[in-house]
Amino acid sequence: MVKIKAAIIGSGNIGTDLMYKLERSEVIELTAMIGIDPESDGLKRAKERGYLAYDNGIEALKHNPDLAEIVFDATSAKTHVRHAKVLTELGKLAIDLTPAARGPFVSPAVKTDTYLDEKNVNMITCGGQATIPIVHAINSVADVSYAEIVATISSKSAGPGTRANIDEFTITTRRGIEEVGGADKGKALIILNPAEPPILMRDTIYCEVKNMDEAAITRSIKQMVETVKEYVPGYRLKQEPLFDGSRVTVFLEVEGAGDYFPVYAGNLDIMTAAATRVAEDFAIHMLEKQSVETKG
Amino acid sequence: MRRKSDKPIKITEVCLRDGSHVMQHQYTEDQVRRVARELDEAGMHYIEVSHGDGLGGSTLQYGKSLVDEMKLIEAAVDECKNSKVAVLLIPGIGTVHELKQAHDLGASLVRVATHVTEADVSAQHISMARELGMETLGFLMMAHMAPPEKLVEQAKLMESYGAQAVYVTDSAGALLPHEVKERIAALRDSLSIEVGFHAHNNLSLAVSNTLAAIEEGATRIDGSIRCLGAGAGNAQTEVLLSVLDRMGVNLGIDIYKMMDIAETIVGPMIPRPQEINRGSLVLGYAGVYSSFLLHAERAGQRFGIDSRDILIELGKRKVVGGQEDMILDVAAELAKARKQEV
Repeated sequence: MVKIKAAIIGSGNIGTDLMYKLERSEVIELTAMIGIDPESDGLKRAKERGYLAYDNGIEALKHNPDLAEIVFDATSAKTHVRHAKVLTELGKLAIDLTPAARGPFVSPAVKTDTYLDEKNVNMITCGGQATIPIVHAINSVADVSYAEIVATISSKSAGPGTRANIDEFTITTRRGIEEVGGADKGKALIILNPAEPPILMRDTIYCEVKNMDEAAITRSIKQMVETVKEYVPGYRLKQEPLFDGSRVTVFLEVEGAGDYFPVYAGNLDIMTAAATRVAEDFAIHMLEKQSVETKG
Repeated sequence: MRRKSDKPIKITEVCLRDGSHVMQHQYTEDQVRRVARELDEAGMHYIEVSHGDGLGGSTLQYGKSLVDEMKLIEAAVDECKNSKVAVLLIPGIGTVHELKQAHDLGASLVRVATHVTEADVSAQHISMARELGMETLGFLMMAHMAPPEKLVEQAKLMESYGAQAVYVTDSAGALLPHEVKERIAALRDSLSIEVGFHAHNNLSLAVSNTLAAIEEGATRIDGSIRCLGAGAGNAQTEVLLSVLDRMGVNLGIDIYKMMDIAETIVGPMIPRPQEINRGSLVLGYAGVYSSFLLHAERAGQRFGIDSRDILIELGKRKVVGGQEDMILDVAAELAKARKQEV
């Protein structure tokens, strides 16, 4: 089968885990890993697995524009702002895993057809990827006036980037809850727990709804859990949803696939898994367009 | 009293912040104005005003505030002639935006709080507070969960971000006097900034632990009048001041006036006496965040479970401050397990 070519910029933890996820894709062919540190574990592993490995950053793509049609950016917000310009000039589709948010927020579990014409999309945050689908599921049957999420992650899975700018997490996730989840108003909290052995990522979602319908809400939540499970098999409800007046409370647990990250780091896993799924949706769309053009 | 620091002791009254948990975040502007005005007249050094979980804490997770905390901060600032108004900020809950807002309203001191092992999430907030010209202190919560060496490492991080003091914060009221001593001594020996202590009275040790901390060199001290703080409250301010006075330490705060405020204003405001009941005792015994108490009682009622069982289980799971959602989750789990046993 014909596949769409893709490259990863950023050979850190996220980029490296993404590499393993893309390896399994039936519609994407990973060609290259692009970093800036030749000694990075990510670039070494990429080489070992037979991918092209570049250590000159975005320059690599400028010199070899045929490497990829889809480019994942797993660097930093600041760097992505610079990359976004170059990628637009080169006519590449950018899947942005940084908090830069140059393009619209996307979750692959929520109405994928609305963003397939974009050239740059943003993956929000790990807490957003875990909870926004549920907010959306509740909103679609009960109209959510307020949604609040609490993401608790193991200290070990919180990298220096997250720690240095934790406000970015709470603010970006809140926007995602509103813009993609559909809540009138959102709020996000994040808690780091240092317990050993490390805890799995857990998320609690509180929604205040306008049209309470316990059966419809429960059904919609469970359907959504199945949808997310397609790309994050370890995504599950911890309890049956709790109802209290106009309030719904949902408890989730996210176990990672254990590719590059240990399984407890469900928060990191759900980012790379969701980015892979978004890219696959784009790839299928591109392949369909190509086949129509060929036939035409 | 022999102290290992020659710096003056500064007291922060926390009833309008830590006490917010007990009041289920239902403080009215009137109550805040009255308490702040009287404390100011008594000569209190700092008065902390915020949601119990700090700026931005008004949530379903912790309880919604009846009155926007910014309004309460503004009201307290308005009432204070000499006392300074302080705020609490827990990164992950509140952001620098709320901090700026509080600063614009006249808050002049902030305590930036993290779990005892997670100080590095406070860098942006501490440096922003310093840029704003606020007095900026670090607050290492659940200090009983880490050994003194870890505490030193984390306090040094806060010092490097610009904190002007770091607190040993006994959020669970679980520290024993010798554990307080070794922690304060370790910080005093390794930091060039001031050291603070924040107690909870769950094991009836708040005043004696605070005295131990002061002897070891702590100079930033928290209290709550009439023990109006989470769990069994904090070091009872008017009691602590009286004891210090007997020991020859006069802090310039009117003790009689403090007793009167406790008796005639704060006492009648409190929904139930701040005594050490079985719930708050278990907080200290199991090492659980003090604000969990009322949430655990409500969850216990809802699921027909002894709230002590919930708190003990939370302690076993090493739950940290802010994880109130775990209370419902654990209660539901325990209820399910009970059903299966029957």
